[in-house]
Amino acid sequence: MEEHHCCFYSKMLSRFSISSFMLSLVIVLVVRVLYVMYQCGKPFPKGASRSFTTLIVLGSGGHTAEMLSLLSVLRMDRFTPRFYIAAATDNMSLHKARSFEDSLADKPAVKEDSLQFTQIYRSREVGQSYVTSVWTTILATVHALWLMIRIRPQVILCNGPGTCIPLCVIAFLFKVVGIRWSSIFYVESVARVKKLSLSGLLLYRLRLADQFFVQWPQLQNKYPRAHYVGCLM
Amino acid sequence: MEDGENDGKRLVFVTVGTTSFDALVKAVVSQNVKEELHKRGYTHLLIQMGRGIYSPPKCDGADGSLAVDYFTFSSSIADYIRSASLVISHAGSGSIFETLKLGKPLIVVVNEDLMDNHQCELAEELEERKHLYCARPHSLHQTLTKMELDSLVRYTPGDGTPVARIIDRFLGFPDD
Repeated sequence: MEEHHCCFYSKMLSRFSISSFMLSLVIVLVVRVLYVMYQCGKPFPKGASRSFTTLIVLGSGGHTAEMLSLLSVLRMDRFTPRFYIAAATDNMSLHKARSFEDSLADKPAVKEDSLQFTQIYRSREVGQSYVTSVWTTILATVHALWLMIRIRPQVILCNGPGTCIPLCVIAFLFKVVGIRWSSIFYVESVARVKKLSLSGLLLYRLRLADQFFVQWPQLQNKYPRAHYVGCLM
Repeated sequence: MEDGENDGKRLVFVTVGTTSFDALVKAVVSQNVKEELHKRGYTHLLIQMGRGIYSPPKCDGADGSLAVDYFTFSSSIADYIRSASLVISHAGSGSIFETLKLGKPLIVVVNEDLMDNHQCELAEELEERKHLYCARPHSLHQTLTKMELDSLVRYTPGDGTPVARIIDRFLGFPDD
């Protein structure tokens, strides 16, 4: 009888401890997520920075042109090493990024180690069926995770479209888990005058972007946390 | 606005970018549009038709009418824009800004068949600022007849300096 009691209590105790452990884990996680969200968008102390491992996500066509316009005025010594990522179906963007890098006046020997150009699988191509897109989404997520673990960027520059979303979500998770702290800068496309793109809206609403830029004043009126910076083109 | 005129040749260059936009191609080779272009002193019409399946009738212009020619893709679109006196383009931001930066008069034709048609936002905003004319395939002729190229305002290109300044400050870099 006593043994029975004992067993009962220990079962209760272990059940209690497991559930309290789970509860405290959830609390710690929630607190950590809130802390990361609070810290996002907070500027770094002045003079503390040297250079950052930078991930540059190239959209395609117009998006890539806008990104290169931004890169051309950034001090590149502050954003080294640089990793360029473009969608696997986009052959032009990495080519353009390469010619942009070639046009910079750095010594070629230094460049070799500090530059990488990578293509990434997209979760869904235009017109792809939803059934096959389950599989491709899993593939794209795993690939994005692998790339992010390898690069562990400190700065992410992106301007849509959807290619940048999984990378930004993973970057946020890295901050929560403590793998790597990164700052995400998102520039909404010049083509968006009155409404944000879906990628832009997600990054703005979920507060994933540390700094959010728009190129038309109408958008800043609607989204006050955004910086209005005029046209990049 | 610059005019790419040489040897009395005045080229109208039509570009649809990497997509297909047969409605635009059909609109520019329609009789009334061709006549209006001819009336305004343009001598050549060159169409970059992209993935479109509609091939317009070619014409060498020997009889004094508008010469018409087309091709699918080219890596040197900028050269064609540079040599044009008027550009008629789809609403992609790449083509729009490439043309505006070269200071060419531009009519943007919005593709109404696209599902998520945010592109007309940009064209309409730039039309309001008088940098270009914005039309639909069916209203291209109307836009051409009321077009006054002298009233267009030259576009001043922007750059990434304001973004770069904010990023640098955020990351703790000193101002240059």
